[in-house]
Amino acid sequence: MSGFGGFLLRRAVGTVITLLAISVIVYVVFYVTPGDVAQITCGPRCSPEQVRQVAAQLHLGDPLYVRYWHFLQGLFAGQDFSTGTSVEHCAAPCLGQSYQTGQQVLDIILGKLPVSLSLVLGAMVLWLALGVGTGVLSAWRRGRVSERVLTAITLAGTATPVFVIGLVLMIVVCGELQLLPFPQYVAFTDDPEQWAWNLLLPWLSLALIEAATFARLTRAAMLETLAEDHVRTFRAYGVGERAIVGRHALRGAFAPVIALNANNVGSAVGGAVLTETLFGLPGIGQELVHAVKVVDLPVVVGMVLVIAFFVVLANAVADVLYAVADRRVVLA
Amino acid sequence: MTESPLAVEAAGTGIPVPAAPGARRFWRRLRAQRAALVAAAVVALLVLVALAAPLLTALEGQDPTTYHPSLIDSARGGVPVGPLGGVGAEHWLGVEPQTGRDLFARLVYGARVSLGVALAATVIQVVIGVVVGVAAALGSQWVDQLLSRLTDIIVAMPLMIMSLALLAVVPANFPRPVLVTLVIGLIAWGSIAKIVRAQTLSMKGLDYVSAARLSGWGTWRIARRELLPGLAAPVITYAALLVPMNISVEAALSFLGVGVKPPTPSWGQMLTSADVWYQAAPQYLLLPAGALFVTVLALTVLGDGVRTALDPRAASRLRVGTGREDRNAREDAGTKEATA
Repeated sequence: MSGFGGFLLRRAVGTVITLLAISVIVYVVFYVTPGDVAQITCGPRCSPEQVRQVAAQLHLGDPLYVRYWHFLQGLFAGQDFSTGTSVEHCAAPCLGQSYQTGQQVLDIILGKLPVSLSLVLGAMVLWLALGVGTGVLSAWRRGRVSERVLTAITLAGTATPVFVIGLVLMIVVCGELQLLPFPQYVAFTDDPEQWAWNLLLPWLSLALIEAATFARLTRAAMLETLAEDHVRTFRAYGVGERAIVGRHALRGAFAPVIALNANNVGSAVGGAVLTETLFGLPGIGQELVHAVKVVDLPVVVGMVLVIAFFVVLANAVADVLYAVADRRVVLA
Repeated sequence: MTESPLAVEAAGTGIPVPAAPGARRFWRRLRAQRAALVAAAVVALLVLVALAAPLLTALEGQDPTTYHPSLIDSARGGVPVGPLGGVGAEHWLGVEPQTGRDLFARLVYGARVSLGVALAATVIQVVIGVVVGVAAALGSQWVDQLLSRLTDIIVAMPLMIMSLALLAVVPANFPRPVLVTLVIGLIAWGSIAKIVRAQTLSMKGLDYVSAARLSGWGTWRIARRELLPGLAAPVITYAALLVPMNISVEAALSFLGVGVKPPTPSWGQMLTSADVWYQAAPQYLLLPAGALFVTVLALTVLGDGVRTALDPRAASRLRVGTGREDRNAREDAGTKEATA
């Protein structure tokens, strides 16, 4: 057990180091660029007076490590923003504020979070069900025509960009067949039924692509288990094929699927950005794209930090879950 | 001492040296897979189209950037004049809504951007990945720790989000295709570095490398002469999988309006407003979407074929050695699983 405790500790320390390193990289990339950092941060429509304030806020006169220290301090201890006439306090965790809208970045993110969570979590249920189901089915029907059809479909799924699937779904379902209205986000707390109907197509678009990856992984993991000695022993004892595939082989796919799901958060977030933009869902992804287009740097930096934080955390959780499901990883 | 230590050793023991781990065998095993062959043909055709884009458009008599306002019905919101979105002898695939730019020309020039960005980004990823991976495996423990941490961090960063964000800080006058290439190439080299490091560590303990070291060869010479050839299979395999991924990322960024910007055509960018025009000019949606799909699918199938032909299982059997290498190989298998 000490092995497992040590493993957890190493993982935790590694995660903290990774997060700190990401904050350094993000800081260097965004605030140590050539050109007028204060002007870029403030945005294209800032007055010279505002730019001077931003320069003071970023401590641009100080050496690099002092500037980074202020940046970290702002994140963890909060900081004050002078808007010329009044001073606004940004409590920890403070991600800074947009100089273009005057809003605090954390508030922007929290306001958009329900939309993105609705999208990603709903789609996750779908892709796990679809992906694992397809994988099981094609492992069970291995060597037959139906397996080859399923393999071809999942291959096509991995090759299709999420926005192409989404475009086609939207045009066919909403435009031509008029089965659904064009999606428009309705909050779950306002009307759960409308919430689900409006998210159906975004969920499907995101889930179909991700499901293909899970189907391939599930199939591969199951086939690997099916080739193992203990399965041959089960067969020799007369255990039915359905029980072998459904119970024993599926167990072999359990750990890799959990790990992939947590590891996949990064790619799912990327997919969510595209899905939100395509369907006009007012989530974090759409806001990030907007911030990139209008060069609202504090918003971009804040969102990158938050998203990277969750992705790194999910990867760490994936490692731990994988180790729990398969203890050989720790012993190695 | 120009002769390879392996040859010396083999001569001493009388064991025949296997022929260079054969490009010929690779081709034979790739040719044996029908799907991979078809995919290779499609990829070759696409590359040809991309290379011959100026020729093809000259044949049609059009170019990708000229506006044709006379072909646009501004009274009806900018839809192309004529049936099928303006298809005819002048414009083989019709014209773009609102601008009237030739669709065929934009499509074939789009292939240039798509393949060019993806291939150049892959080269960057491979070069950084191999240098970092080999340096981590051969360097001191301190170097290894530093580079491995850096690699972990690079792997942990969400690709789409980081590239989106990076595109925000670069001045607008920087050439966009080059910028997109650099961004994708500089962010997504982590997994290849991990694989290279694991493979190099496992080869480091093999007899022929020890023989080279005992013969007094320097680290650089061993890396170049003895290790790089052994890295070819995993690197080619992984690079073949990176190309379609890079194409998807470029298309996604351009679709979002932050990647390749007009007037330079790109398939992803063409799809940005395609949904508005699907009734008047369905090919405006179907052509770039189909081009993307076929390209990514063909490259993925080809990548799978290359992987089968190079047979990673045979390579993984070589992974014997101390516990450290063993663990790395397994960690590496974990990452490959996760990124597959």
